[in-house]
Amino acid sequence: MSVIECNDVSIRYITGDFKSIGLKEYVVRKLTRNFHVQEFWADRHVTFSVERGDMLGIIGSNGAGKSTLLKAVTGIMIPTDGTIKTHGKIAALLELASGFDAQMTVRENTYLRGAMLGYTKQFLDERYDEIIAFAELEEFQDYMFKQLSSGMKSRLAFSVACLVDPDILILDEVLSVGDGAFRKKSGDKMMEILSGGTTGVLVSHSIGQVRELCNKILWLDHGNQIAFSDNVQLYCDAYEEFLSTKKLPQSESDVYKLAEDFSKRSERARAERQRKEAKRLEKVLEKGTSESAVLAAIKILQKSRPEALAPEYNGGGTGTA
Amino acid sequence: MVPKTIKRVTTNLKRNSFLFEQLVNRDFQQRYKRTALGMAWSVLSPLMNLAVMMLVFSRLFGRNVDHFVIYLFSGNIVMAYYKESTKNGMQSLMNNSAIISKINVPKYLFLLSRNVSALINFGLTIIIYFLFCITDGITFTPAMLMLWYPIFWFVVMNIGIGMVLSALYVFFRDIQYLYDIFLTLLTYLSAIFYTIDKFPEQMQRFFLLNPVYVNIKYWRLVVIDGIIPSVPYHLLVAFYALLFLGLGAFFYKKYNHRFVYYF
Repeated sequence: MSVIECNDVSIRYITGDFKSIGLKEYVVRKLTRNFHVQEFWADRHVTFSVERGDMLGIIGSNGAGKSTLLKAVTGIMIPTDGTIKTHGKIAALLELASGFDAQMTVRENTYLRGAMLGYTKQFLDERYDEIIAFAELEEFQDYMFKQLSSGMKSRLAFSVACLVDPDILILDEVLSVGDGAFRKKSGDKMMEILSGGTTGVLVSHSIGQVRELCNKILWLDHGNQIAFSDNVQLYCDAYEEFLSTKKLPQSESDVYKLAEDFSKRSERARAERQRKEAKRLEKVLEKGTSESAVLAAIKILQKSRPEALAPEYNGGGTGTA
Repeated sequence: MVPKTIKRVTTNLKRNSFLFEQLVNRDFQQRYKRTALGMAWSVLSPLMNLAVMMLVFSRLFGRNVDHFVIYLFSGNIVMAYYKESTKNGMQSLMNNSAIISKINVPKYLFLLSRNVSALINFGLTIIIYFLFCITDGITFTPAMLMLWYPIFWFVVMNIGIGMVLSALYVFFRDIQYLYDIFLTLLTYLSAIFYTIDKFPEQMQRFFLLNPVYVNIKYWRLVVIDGIIPSVPYHLLVAFYALLFLGLGAFFYKKYNHRFVYYF
């Protein structure tokens, strides 16, 4: 049984109706017979299904309809067409830091947010210290929320939302929260939750993350579904190629071609980088005093012809000449 | 359908009771944070209001009315509660739009929590009200026990009106200005500081079209005159409450999933 089943889902926004243009504009346009309501399809005919324990990565450039789709999955919006079925308790982390109360303390906000995510008081009492410790905000518990830095805010939001065991976990651009150390910690935490059988949906602009975490991939572009597949690496390659060439694949073979182009290009890029590094080192070698020259020579050899070096110089980086 | 809805709402409330408690707590804090006197304002502001009105109106209208202070105070606290509850209710969806568009929670919780904090405020003013009754020499009769009736239905009605207004406010932001004007009009039409017996009989009946006046009159009859109103009058009170609650429920049901598009 699928945990999330999304069947031919389309979601429409309406712009330019009475409410968004105001009374004056409305009357003027009505009189000049120029009044049109514009439709905007954020998602069109999206179909996918996710099983228990899966991690679905949703990719696509800005305005592809990713966040709207997630809102529909969480039940905040209902699709204009199509159906979405979900089984189990959903915890959604969408644009985390908003929705906190600036005037309340960190402690109060933690409880409020926890309550909104459906935790019980008892659960929060038990886990409160853990949440604060994970967010590394022990010293700020009684500060007002607005006094926190934006990184701290997102850290708190992430921590509150993560210390649950939901059946479905939805992450919208939330793994890029905080500094490097916290990012690593939050990534690990996610992996821990997912390994416990939770189903995950991840929206991310970091392809690396998608490659690393996901086993299914959904590619959206301007609301249209380009692909839904479990060949994550292939589609990530194709997507990265698409990002630089802006060419959308029309068929399955296009995807392979894109992926191939990508691997060729990244191969070229790697070769180019190596060439540059070698050149730089050569320069050092020519100009340098004897000791640095020898070091540079070893470095070059380490890179391009490791077999020519005595074992004690291999892998040592600088080495001692 | 109606009993089903009620059942769903109560199970929702039970399940979300902790969230509800947190929301009430937040609304209460938001109101008094950064004020030097804090909760004392709940008591002070109706008192000051009363003092101002006494100063202005006691000479004008007060001479022929028994217990004019209580007469005025009855109107004042009911009206103040009405204003607070509906005005706060109107903003409840919009102010929480950031939350509503990110987390799937029943939307009426925000409205109800606003109403609870307004109701607590109302409760505090009622205590002051009875202190005034004592000092003004009102005789306490068993009839006063019937006050639960107008209070209960008034709460229901205010929730209903809050629902209607908050839904309208999402689609039509101008409503806040219109409603302010409407409230001024309503204040003058609710016979808070004057009596209506100077009007001809037919005119007096028109006042019964105003649910707030109907409620105020109930208070005055019970507290000042010690009379419990007739059965039809009770039905009228309940009718207004159910009318607005039904209207509000209809709006919420119809637009529940459309709100998100307009935040």
